[in-house]
Amino acid sequence: MATTHADADMRTRLQDWLPKIVLAPSVAATLIFVYGFILFTIYLSFTDSRMLPSYDWVGLKNYENLFKLSHWEIAITNLAVFAGLYIVICSVIGLTLAILLDQKIRGEGFLRPIYLYPMALSFIVTGTAWKWMLDPGIGLEHTMHAFGWESFAFDWIKNRDFAIYTVVLAAVWQSSGFTMAMFLAGLRGIDNEILKAAQMDGASNWSLYRRIILPQLRPAFLSAFVILSHLAIKSYDLVIALTGGGPGRATELPATFMYSYTFSRNQMGIGAASAVIMLMTVAAIMVPYLYAELKEKK
Amino acid sequence: MAGASTDTAIRTSAPVRVLIYLLLILFALFYLLPLFVMSINSVKPLGEITGGNMIALPTVWTLDPWRSAWSTAQIGVEPTGLKPYFMNSILMALPAVLLSTFFGALNGYVLTKWSFRGDKILFGLLLFSCFIPFQIVLIPMARLLGLMGLAGSTPGLVLVHFVYGIGFTTLYFRNYYAAFPTELVRAAQIDGAGFFRIFWRILLPSSGPIIAVSFIWQFTNIWNDFLFGASFADLDSMPMTVALNNLVSSSTGVKEYNVHFAGAIMAAAPTLLVYIVAGRYFVRGLMAGSVKG
Repeated sequence: MATTHADADMRTRLQDWLPKIVLAPSVAATLIFVYGFILFTIYLSFTDSRMLPSYDWVGLKNYENLFKLSHWEIAITNLAVFAGLYIVICSVIGLTLAILLDQKIRGEGFLRPIYLYPMALSFIVTGTAWKWMLDPGIGLEHTMHAFGWESFAFDWIKNRDFAIYTVVLAAVWQSSGFTMAMFLAGLRGIDNEILKAAQMDGASNWSLYRRIILPQLRPAFLSAFVILSHLAIKSYDLVIALTGGGPGRATELPATFMYSYTFSRNQMGIGAASAVIMLMTVAAIMVPYLYAELKEKK
Repeated sequence: MAGASTDTAIRTSAPVRVLIYLLLILFALFYLLPLFVMSINSVKPLGEITGGNMIALPTVWTLDPWRSAWSTAQIGVEPTGLKPYFMNSILMALPAVLLSTFFGALNGYVLTKWSFRGDKILFGLLLFSCFIPFQIVLIPMARLLGLMGLAGSTPGLVLVHFVYGIGFTTLYFRNYYAAFPTELVRAAQIDGAGFFRIFWRILLPSSGPIIAVSFIWQFTNIWNDFLFGASFADLDSMPMTVALNNLVSSSTGVKEYNVHFAGAIMAAAPTLLVYIVAGRYFVRGLMAGSVKG
């Protein structure tokens, strides 16, 4: 009798602990593979690690060196240009397409997937496609010449001053449909009664959008900004496939910088420092956003 | 899309509508153009690409570029084509998708139906891990895989994708189960059903849509990954994206553009197929990762 009682007691206690036991592996994995690794990389950024991790503390030296490197300066300047244009152009195209699609369009169900499919592709595929489409030797320029427009020139991808814009073009092609989907979801959530009331008062379409609809899309703008900026900071594959960081260093981004300093140039300390800067940039955008989202949901 | 009606109260005149359709079709052409260019140039002899124009249909149709890309193109040392790397990607993606979805489902269940003190913080920690730039974990991950004897292997990549996939799958299931009536769970508890029984019999049977979302999102992400593949795979375990990039950017010999395009389509085919068959779930996954569930 006493044993069965103890058994039952054990069972309920096990039931109490079970949820936590089930959650534990994921939490442990995250603590090690995410937060532990972050700490390790931060630590390495303060050491003189070269080809292999070293544990000799050098203080802020890697960060000082990092910001003296012209290579890094190019990478962050490129990121600023790329991220700025990428976010603005994606938002403009995304919002435009969403508003146009929201006009009771016949064939919306046909068009929407066409705008969105690039998001299902690998950046390597996107990069390959655009690399050859923009290549002066076989792509757009070559095709225009074949049509008889001999003076047509479009060599941005080979041009140090313009190559970064080809990265913007390919990235916008890939993500603008996704931005459209975010704005469209926002538009579909707007209460029609308010619009109808404003229409009765004689408001034009233009003023409906400017005064009622766009202000209500604030959350969609915020989401688009946050998602696109974190995608921009993480951009790596597309540059590798499209330009390989070149010509010269014309399209280097922090992600490509980190990779080449860590794994090909044997400057692991500096590579780690650049990764820490990238993480802090993403965290500065993501943490307040996620915090607000989680709080709001309660 | 958001469940609300597709009817807007905005009215537009006929000429404006013509303009709208025109613009929408132009954009559709812009998005379709690369796919079109890749497709037609993958069935052209090389001479027609270098000598002709990129948007013309082939005069001679040929499947040789496809054959070459699949089974004879030089990727690593051997002229194996992309076939072995396609298999690598499948062997890498499937276990990682299953594992991360399974743990995501359990986590979501615990976080919504067995909440305890501090679960919000744990969820926040899991969630933030979805958005870190993976450069921050590359160095220690490479070390750890080396120590575990998993460097340069497919199981190593499975582990990596599984671990960094849990955040997203947990997010999906948590948001989905949050809307599931907790009373049903409590009632089953009173009837004596245990933790796993409730999960198995009550939650899982109605989880179809969110399992689809999780599968599709994870598969697309893992299949399309390049950074981890390039960092942790060796010549034998290279996934498709890395192999394709090697094929396209190799500087030896003549550039066989038609073969590159065929290879790119092969690398795109699985995720594209999933998108065509189950695009609805794909979009849902995208949105859940941005505008909550």
